[in-house]
Amino acid sequence: MLLRVRHAVSEGLLLIVALLFIFPIVYTVASSLKPAGEVFSRPPTLVGSELRWANYTEVFEYAPFHRYILNGVIQSGLGTVVVLIVSALAAYAFGILRWRGRDQTLLAYLATMMIPQEVLVIPMFLLLQRLGWINTWQALILPWAFGAFGTFLLRQFFLSLPYELVEAARVDGCNHWQTFLRVILPLAKPSLAVLGVWTFITYWNSFLWPLIVVNDIVELGNVSIGLQTFFGERGAAWNLILAASVIAIAPTILVVILLQKHLVKGIATVGLAGR
Amino acid sequence: MARKRSEGPAALGFLVPSVVGLTIFVMVPTILAIATSLFDWPTFGDVEFAGLKNYQRLFARGSTFPAALRNTIVFTLVIVPLNLVLTLGLAFWVATSRWRRFYRVLFFVPVVTPTVATSIIWKMIYQPGGILDDLLSRVGFTMPNLLGTGNTALMAVVVVVIWNGLGYNTLIFSAAIDQLPDDVIAAARIDGASGWRQLWHVKIPLLTPAIFFATTITMIHAFQVFAQPYVMTAGGPGTATVTVVMDVYQTAFQGGALGAASAPAMVLFALILVVTAVQWLGQRKWVHYE
Repeated sequence: MLLRVRHAVSEGLLLIVALLFIFPIVYTVASSLKPAGEVFSRPPTLVGSELRWANYTEVFEYAPFHRYILNGVIQSGLGTVVVLIVSALAAYAFGILRWRGRDQTLLAYLATMMIPQEVLVIPMFLLLQRLGWINTWQALILPWAFGAFGTFLLRQFFLSLPYELVEAARVDGCNHWQTFLRVILPLAKPSLAVLGVWTFITYWNSFLWPLIVVNDIVELGNVSIGLQTFFGERGAAWNLILAASVIAIAPTILVVILLQKHLVKGIATVGLAGR
Repeated sequence: MARKRSEGPAALGFLVPSVVGLTIFVMVPTILAIATSLFDWPTFGDVEFAGLKNYQRLFARGSTFPAALRNTIVFTLVIVPLNLVLTLGLAFWVATSRWRRFYRVLFFVPVVTPTVATSIIWKMIYQPGGILDDLLSRVGFTMPNLLGTGNTALMAVVVVVIWNGLGYNTLIFSAAIDQLPDDVIAAARIDGASGWRQLWHVKIPLLTPAIFFATTITMIHAFQVFAQPYVMTAGGPGTATVTVVMDVYQTAFQGGALGAASAPAMVLFALILVVTAVQWLGQRKWVHYE
């Protein structure tokens, strides 16, 4: 009995903590529907004097958020495709094929993960300047598509596949390319999904690099850049800024809810691979 | 068993895209990063060799770097232990709940939310006359302008950074807690170990690999804080919330001095390398691998 009471109290407290934790986002959604001037009304209220849905249409009139969303989808989509292809190919070499120097090469790969993006932005900018790539799609996509993280994640998964499958394919006369395409990739779908979701979110939320390399915000800016610009413009009212923030947040919350399994699995794999 | 042919040539083929990409977009820029820090390198105009001048300038009068370095170190020293204690506690707590899967997703939401958006949200919350101000004044506190006051701005940003990243380590620890071997814990219980002793002497030691991983990642992330202070305070008031990454960004892309900005970037790189190396060397002492 005492144990059950304790458990109930613990559940109740946890619920309160969780609600407090998520309150900033709830309050933002509520405030994004308030009339202008009521965001900081005293005393603060959760819901304004009316639900002003027009805030959302006005945001799109003031700033091309549909364009920012489209730009983000294109960058994240293309970036994810490149990362998946490059990582899967390399992971096949590291996880399935057997060759001398494999483990040393993998270690060298992993070492590159130690180099933070912030250290590379200046030389990367110089490199792209020489290539004439500043303010282009490829400048947003390619520089960060070759990290060793994806290769490592997929390799861990490939190692868990039974090697007999590869040998069977060999006996059936498959060459490496066919084994990769017809045997390994179909089996790797769950891990490709994990990597895909992570990569998409990383590109979607990128901020520092687009801030550096994008000059034409409407043409190339993602939601973060668009939101920062909108926020920085004087005179934008708080209710509209919050509506814009909700527009930026909504897709990611949707992704978390829909794809939670893949996200959780990705973190678990990476976290537990630390051993 | 048949002698296997080496699959080296095939491996080379599969590695081509990744090796080419890594060379162009990681190796070359890394070398270039070291080189640029030794030059006077304006965005437009002539490049001139400068030796170690860019590094000497870091500590010259009027440089924002000392403040940025100090802030970044304070950030890391506060964020890492606070984050680890909170997330480890939360992970154990959530594991006892019937709705643990729901909670894991809920705490994870800010992790995948664009940082610019969460920074704007917290700026609204901290605003004088805003909701936090009002709530505190009801219980008799007069709140200073948190983001506008030198003493409080850095800690206000710390709170946002911790809130933003809390779900990540919580999820890592949750995954590790799920994998704790039942037989070991059952054995401890049969031996009469109390709940607290089970936690401290059995579970936590089993979790040290995950704790090690989380510590390393959190530390690296704390060194790289940029978006939250950039959006909320732009480094102010004064230099109270400037971080090293912000110093790099502002010197390079607002000041147009790419060479001078490469010096703090290299210092950041060295810091991350040293701290990670120390972590790796120290792990023998406290990380238990089975």
